[in-house]
Amino acid sequence: MELESVKLLAAALALLPLFGVGIGLGMIFSSYNHAVGRNPSSVQVLDKKFFLTFALTEALAIFALVISLIILFG
Amino acid sequence: MANPIHQFEVTPITQNPLIVGGVDISFTNSALWMMIAVVMSFCFFTLALQKKAVVPGRLQMFAEMLYSFVANMVRENMGLEGRKYFPFVFTLFMIILLGNLLGMVPGSFTYTSHIIVTGALALIVFFICTIIGFVRHGLHFFSFFLPAGVPWPLWPIIIPIEVLSFLIRPVTLSVRLFANMMAGHLMLKVFAGFSVGMIGMGAVGVAMGMLPLLFNSVLIAFEILIALLHAYVFAVLSCIYLKDSIDLH
Repeated sequence: MELESVKLLAAALALLPLFGVGIGLGMIFSSYNHAVGRNPSSVQVLDKKFFLTFALTEALAIFALVISLIILFG
Repeated sequence: MANPIHQFEVTPITQNPLIVGGVDISFTNSALWMMIAVVMSFCFFTLALQKKAVVPGRLQMFAEMLYSFVANMVRENMGLEGRKYFPFVFTLFMIILLGNLLGMVPGSFTYTSHIIVTGALALIVFFICTIIGFVRHGLHFFSFFLPAGVPWPLWPIIIPIEVLSFLIRPVTLSVRLFANMMAGHLMLKVFAGFSVGMIGMGAVGVAMGMLPLLFNSVLIAFEILIALLHAYVFAVLSCIYLKDSIDLH
């Protein structure tokens, strides 16, 4: 294969972690909604934890994106 | 389509680059926006806390909100022990928050979208954590890398993992902030570029070009959420790391 096409393929493969991030984010949102639905008064406590875990998980997708961009343009 | 990377370019704003001893130290747009952030927060807090009324006005209310938000965060994560480190965490929070939010002003420069800035901040946190750990616990600090109650056959696996996860902290801390800021602004510019491209296709294109514009408005709201969230995440993680070196697990 040409170097250019291998680069494109590698950039695409570098985005594979998005599978896991998608599943993880889905689990975070679903468990947050479950918890708030069962106990609406826990929103105050759960909000901060939710946003923290959401940001930490979402950051993995962005890491993958950065690696992909580095492969493409670096 | 305009280059979406262009917005991240660090350029000197003076006419001639100022070179001292082979190092270019001219005043750049990055430095300008950092100074704007510092001056803004300084002026805001001196103005807001001038009167110190018992029943606060709007400005004082906002200043107290920011203060109590960070103070609660420090107390929840570090307990009463953490009060000493409140000024440090508050400064970190404010400089990142202002960097992220000023970056949302059209035509401005987001200094937190550069890994040199976030990396420096993360390294400050890392070194402060390590120094506090050694000052408080001496050589006992190395027990941080071996959680209590681990059976000895697992030691050769656990210790390298713990050492690595300690050393990787500044990397993840800085890359998280920088990558989020960069990816968000890149996305905004790419979608804005779609609009511009479609307008070139005549009347139908103008109508179609409204769609990316609408999506961009939603994205800007999302980016403001991300800007607030990542200032919070950086500050919370610094609190957790500080707590780790105060209490050793």
